[in-house]
Amino acid sequence: MSISQDKYDRLDEVIAANKGQSGAVMRTLQAAQDIFGHVPKDVQIRIAEGLGTTLSDVYGVATFYSQFALEPRGEYIIGVCLGTACYVKGSKNVLERVCKELDTPVGKTSKDGLFTIRDTRCLGACGLAPVMMINDDVYGRLTPAEVPAILNKYRQA
Amino acid sequence: MNMISFKIDGVPVTVPAGTTILEAARQAGIRIPTLCYMKDVNEIGACRMCVVEAGGRALQAACVYPVDSLPRNRETGEYAEVKTNTPAIRRARKVNLELLLSNHDKKCLSCVRSTNCELQALCREYGVEDENRFAGAMTETKVDNSSLSIVRNNAKCILCRRCEAVCEKVQHVGVIGPTMRGFKTQILPAWNMGLAETGCINCGQCINVCPTAALTEKDDTKEVFDALADPNKYVVVQTAPAVRAALGEEFGIPMGTSVTGKMAAALRRMGFDKVFDTDYAADLTIMEEANELVARVKEGGVLPMITSCSPGWIKFCETYYPEFIPNLSSCKSPHEMEGAVIKSYFAEKEGIDPHKIVVVSVMPCTAKKFECKRPEMGHDGMADVDIVITTRELARMIKQCGIRFEKLADEDFDDMLGESTGAAVIFGVTGGVMEAALRTAYEVITGEKLQKLDFVDVRGFEGVKEASYNLNGLEVKVAVAHSTGAAAKLLDAVKSGEKSYTFIEVMGCPGGCINGGGQPLVSPEKRLEIDVKALRAKALYDEDAAKPIRKSHELPAINKMYDEFFGNPNSPKAHELLHTHYTARKLYND
Repeated sequence: MSISQDKYDRLDEVIAANKGQSGAVMRTLQAAQDIFGHVPKDVQIRIAEGLGTTLSDVYGVATFYSQFALEPRGEYIIGVCLGTACYVKGSKNVLERVCKELDTPVGKTSKDGLFTIRDTRCLGACGLAPVMMINDDVYGRLTPAEVPAILNKYRQA
Repeated sequence: MNMISFKIDGVPVTVPAGTTILEAARQAGIRIPTLCYMKDVNEIGACRMCVVEAGGRALQAACVYPVDSLPRNRETGEYAEVKTNTPAIRRARKVNLELLLSNHDKKCLSCVRSTNCELQALCREYGVEDENRFAGAMTETKVDNSSLSIVRNNAKCILCRRCEAVCEKVQHVGVIGPTMRGFKTQILPAWNMGLAETGCINCGQCINVCPTAALTEKDDTKEVFDALADPNKYVVVQTAPAVRAALGEEFGIPMGTSVTGKMAAALRRMGFDKVFDTDYAADLTIMEEANELVARVKEGGVLPMITSCSPGWIKFCETYYPEFIPNLSSCKSPHEMEGAVIKSYFAEKEGIDPHKIVVVSVMPCTAKKFECKRPEMGHDGMADVDIVITTRELARMIKQCGIRFEKLADEDFDDMLGESTGAAVIFGVTGGVMEAALRTAYEVITGEKLQKLDFVDVRGFEGVKEASYNLNGLEVKVAVAHSTGAAAKLLDAVKSGEKSYTFIEVMGCPGGCINGGGQPLVSPEKRLEIDVKALRAKALYDEDAAKPIRKSHELPAINKMYDEFFGNPNSPKAHELLHTHYTARKLYND
């Protein structure tokens, strides 16, 4: 059995378990994201057909919540905080620098598959504003000029 | 039943618990403006136009506020009075409109819905003074032109979600919905697909409920004007039964008035070389379809046979219920038959090169625009029908031609393909095709004259209608469904074996063609006051009752054509020109 077939089998089990329950789309999408790492079109179609709902419904939920990724995500998730404190302290410039360095727009994954860039709400570290997180690492009091060196650490890791 | 008594604007009201403030107010004769609201279909409190004071601090959306939730006086138990018209309410409604305008393209002068736009009307009503009061960033949108029938322009969308609701709940199609969130929200097909790439059935019911011009029919009027101006073309027009029942509304003629004579006169003034009636081909359809039914019954063919006149229904069947394709009548829809006859029998008789003929169909339907481009709808490299325009497009063309429609004297259709019976004219309303077919099938099967022509069991607007007739010992069980949602339920019952029928009529739109996706627009608010379907249907039933001939097989012009051209119904030549086949369609193209 191929690895991907195994994943689809697991998805089918989740669909069967959730079918007919309220909130089935949300829960099935969450499980699908755990299984596949993201929820691509063919997975969403399988969920829609399996749960007896429309693709429109599934896609609507998947794009409403920022937790769902439609495309494969990078090894490192960069979250630049655009909460009030960070924004006032210039986090927008940090975010722009990240995008420029990686030649990738917000919400997308860099061509080498290493980084996914996201803009986030408040990360709860306003005292360190402006803040950026890469996976679980926190970087505070950032300036755009510091961005390339930080990214290089991960490239070399 | 638990009744709740309270006051709205000082007027005492008593309504059952669970009634919304909006409904209670309507019963008390008090109008609360709405925009996203469609009774029983879309009650979501999204637009906030219906805000009222309901005894609490914040304004409440009347469309989703049950009266039993009103605060009560602790001592007397009285419910708080609802106010629908205070300075705070008027200000809130006005600001809501101004905020909607802040993300709306506001190109009213060139907008096809100008003067017929619910947003525009409310802005006038609430005295919006500056359409750019909250000027700023706009949601990035693009126009979806992929469909042959429907254009979506989200720059005009106000996110009321009426289109989504009708597509999902009424039609059981559900190919559009909200995507993304907040300022980026747009009503779109999943994965930003073009409408043409989805399981859209082109019915246009979304257009009928859109308050603005975010959804419109694909405009084909230029093609028609170009053909009319081309001296090398012989341009023939035909009009569907339902068009005459509604076209007058576009010119201030009361709803329910049949304008057949004025319509024929207008089309002649516009410059069409021949003005024909799709009703002729509706009679022809009955000849083919009733005989097909008789053959299926006698020879043990696939039953129930299901009608095939409605292209929205056909695409629905092909996409969502392909297992019923063998049940579909092989008859082309009437206007396609008429087109085929125009480019064969008529061209031959008149000595006209059929390649020079342009057939224009005026239809109450947006799905016909898709149907006429189906590759199987033609012969000898010619399409049966070249251009389809809707009732609304015809009205716009008549206005552009400067024709005073309401002043025109009645004229007749042209001879040959302009004659028809009463059976044909009721094709435009749910149950009509069934009734017309029964009038002919009865006499073909029994060999006796029908005493009573009206089959009232299949009339009216229930979602599914059933009846059973005994034709010389042959039990014929029929069912009629209108809206593809109702059709889906009916087919599920047939599939499960719960129901069995001989013959089923399906029309894709609620009420049939009279309420088709190409008909003059009537807002949901107005629809609460007038029964659009019943009025338009009455226009057709009255016309049927007044016709000298009311059974398709008695029309001399049809019988003459069979003698001269086709031989018999379902003959090889009839099959070549008047029948078609269907294709199972994939819902998802990965």
